[in-house]
Amino acid sequence: MADFPAPLLPDPAEWSCPAPVRDRSVVLLGHGGGGALSAELMADIFAPAYGNEILDRLTDSATVDLGGARLAFSTDSHVVRPLFFPGGCIGDLAVNGTVNDLAMSGAQPAFLSCAFILEEGTELAVVERIAGAVGAAARAAGVSVVTGDTKVVDAGHGDGVFITSSGIGLVPRGVDIRPQRARPGDVVIVSGPVGLHGVAVLSVREGLEFGVEIASDTAPLGGLVAAMLAVTPELHVLRDPTRGGVATALHEIATASGTGVVIREDAVPVPEPVANACGFLGLDPLYVANEGRLLAFAPPEHTDALLDAMRAHPQGTGAVVIGECVAEHPGMVVARTGLGGTRVVDPPVGEQLPRIC
Amino acid sequence: MRYLEEFRDPGLARRLLDEIHATVTRPWALMEVCGGQTHSIIRHGIDQLLPEQVELIHGPGCPVCVTPLEMIDKALAIAARPEVTFCSFGDMLRVPGTEGDLFRVKGAGGDVRVVYSPLDALEIARRSPDRQVVFFGIGFETTAPANAMTVHQARRLGIGNFSLLVSHVRVPPAIEAIMRSPRCRVQAFLAAGHVCSVMGVEEYPELAGRFGVPIVVTGFEPLDILEGVRRAVRQLERGEHRVENAYPRAVRAEGNPAALRMLAEVFEVTDRAWRGIGTIPGSGWRLADAYREYDAEHRFAVTGLRTLEPAACRSGEVLQGLLKPHECAAFGTVCTPRTPLGATMVSSEGACAAYYLYRRLGPGAAAATDKEATSVG
Amino acid sequence: MCLAVPGRVVDVEERDGTPMAKVDFGGVVKDVCLAYLPDLQVGDYTIVHVGFALQRLDEEAALATLELFRSIGALEEEFGDAWSRAAEEAR
Repeated sequence: MADFPAPLLPDPAEWSCPAPVRDRSVVLLGHGGGGALSAELMADIFAPAYGNEILDRLTDSATVDLGGARLAFSTDSHVVRPLFFPGGCIGDLAVNGTVNDLAMSGAQPAFLSCAFILEEGTELAVVERIAGAVGAAARAAGVSVVTGDTKVVDAGHGDGVFITSSGIGLVPRGVDIRPQRARPGDVVIVSGPVGLHGVAVLSVREGLEFGVEIASDTAPLGGLVAAMLAVTPELHVLRDPTRGGVATALHEIATASGTGVVIREDAVPVPEPVANACGFLGLDPLYVANEGRLLAFAPPEHTDALLDAMRAHPQGTGAVVIGECVAEHPGMVVARTGLGGTRVVDPPVGEQLPRIC
Repeated sequence: MRYLEEFRDPGLARRLLDEIHATVTRPWALMEVCGGQTHSIIRHGIDQLLPEQVELIHGPGCPVCVTPLEMIDKALAIAARPEVTFCSFGDMLRVPGTEGDLFRVKGAGGDVRVVYSPLDALEIARRSPDRQVVFFGIGFETTAPANAMTVHQARRLGIGNFSLLVSHVRVPPAIEAIMRSPRCRVQAFLAAGHVCSVMGVEEYPELAGRFGVPIVVTGFEPLDILEGVRRAVRQLERGEHRVENAYPRAVRAEGNPAALRMLAEVFEVTDRAWRGIGTIPGSGWRLADAYREYDAEHRFAVTGLRTLEPAACRSGEVLQGLLKPHECAAFGTVCTPRTPLGATMVSSEGACAAYYLYRRLGPGAAAATDKEATSVG
Repeated sequence: MCLAVPGRVVDVEERDGTPMAKVDFGGVVKDVCLAYLPDLQVGDYTIVHVGFALQRLDEEAALATLELFRSIGALEEEFGDAWSRAAEEAR
């Protein structure tokens, strides 16, 4: 059998051999992982159903013209287990996630909505703590939560608390920030150490203890973006590397812009406990989620001024250049390893799983 | 000494590489048996730095890849039962069976959980006495002691609702099978360091002698792998075929005697099918009679399975080093990491997945990358 | 095949009649079963796989290995460039 390679059929659906992973009759966890399965859901189901010119740009937040103003508009659902983790809780994520999505189009976030789906039986004290966190995070981000909603589902039909938050903000004149604008020569900057949020959450799930405090980096990035725009409105791309981490964000930018991205692996700031926790669980820190970091693609002439401005801001003290945009290998992200080899950085298929091998 | 970054030093790596470049005079084909080594080689780009004459063949050392289809199908059937909480290492969840994978069972309502250690599964069993907790006991000699101890503990602590679906495999019979293949191209082996941490090295001299191949016990950090290659190439160039231990900090000749005793008590050697390769005599472990009641295959009689390997999948030849992944007609077309036909395309250690990630970068692009990367920041 | 990482024993105790340890993996601490290495002491380094300590790491051997790597370069300095040495060895 093996000596007779089967002819390639044009339509995989007609293929007689079982190709199990292609069998997607049900939603898998990976569909929400921010990787290839999520992209497939978007491309195969959502975009055909209600796609339009703005949605098809696939930016973190949509930019729309309304009554003479340029608005950034974004929404984000939050499901996290555990609800409380070192450095924050689902309430912080609900505010910062949406604020940051807005900030990634260069907008100054202004107003949020916050919709709760509560599971019957959840302690009200838990809801109160989370609401308190929402309020504190909104104040810290300089935004107001101006509308909301609450629904309750039967016990066993939810994970305690789910939150969906939406937000709008004003995009300053002359600012055009979106993944399609990356171009060869751009430097790639990360605003600080990566992997903290994912490892903080994982540590609770996997029963890891840390000798030093590992806390989620959840933080609002509107102020940092404003400081960067004060240096130059000519930022090309901003992206907060949340689900799927730096690797996935870079891959999306490379794909959207049709450029190649090269990063130097040893330039990426990975805190030692994060690196060690990843080594231990067999994860790659480049794929671990962040909630208070951004990646910036900018013309190289602004590098030093941008780094100075970022480092002067509390959310950007650890800003460094990790790579650049190239004309070669369009759509691909390549990492230069510490030993001088290279490897291709692909988006994960679904969620990263602890591995034994 | 932290036993980690010391063995990633780029300066020393350069020295080892220079030495390998200086030693090699003709083409050699080395097989790294262990998937962890494959992962490290790809992760650090080591194969790009070796001389062209040194070919690394990625061997059948990824436990996820070689777990037979029939066993995956059994796992799927058991995991789908309403009374079962099915625990597994994360890597196994995406491996395709005949119909679907464990993720799909989970999506359809099955209680499937990822655990870090079999002891975590035992703890779940202890805390949920009304559930049947099954652990998918896959892996090589490195993992087998953990599963053996877990079954032993289950019996000692009287945790009767725990069982093990066993599909353990052993390295030496696989090396023998590869060397016996008439089309075998392998001229030296990098043996799996952590397997030898458990088993010691006593099984290997006979193989090295019988087949005339150097076998170098090799670790997993970049310097360890380079040292394994350096020693293997040196032996080949000199016409030697000995067993060398290039990982002495973690491997003693006698292995771990306590682990060996537990393995002997809990398991017995059995013939085992390797996915894509076929049955290799004496290449696996199953639970010994005394522990049969903890055998999930025994506890949940799974019948009526119809296992069917995709005909287009040639992972067996890939695993034996007979075929390069990209020489397979399905490679990169119908078979990709997102739509894998065989396990070698699933696991991050699988030879096909590694090739897929990597070969898409043409030589020209690689050179450009070198140039660009050096000018970064 | 086997993701096993080095860590340092920071605490040992007995649980349910089984020797256990807290092992520090560079700032990450995890419970590890010492059933196969019951003699491990606080301060020892061990290789850990899926929650089990499999082998004590031998510092002397590790240092000797690193020394060997360094000497490879030193030899080169002593005997000139690698190519001529290879030619020498090939004779």
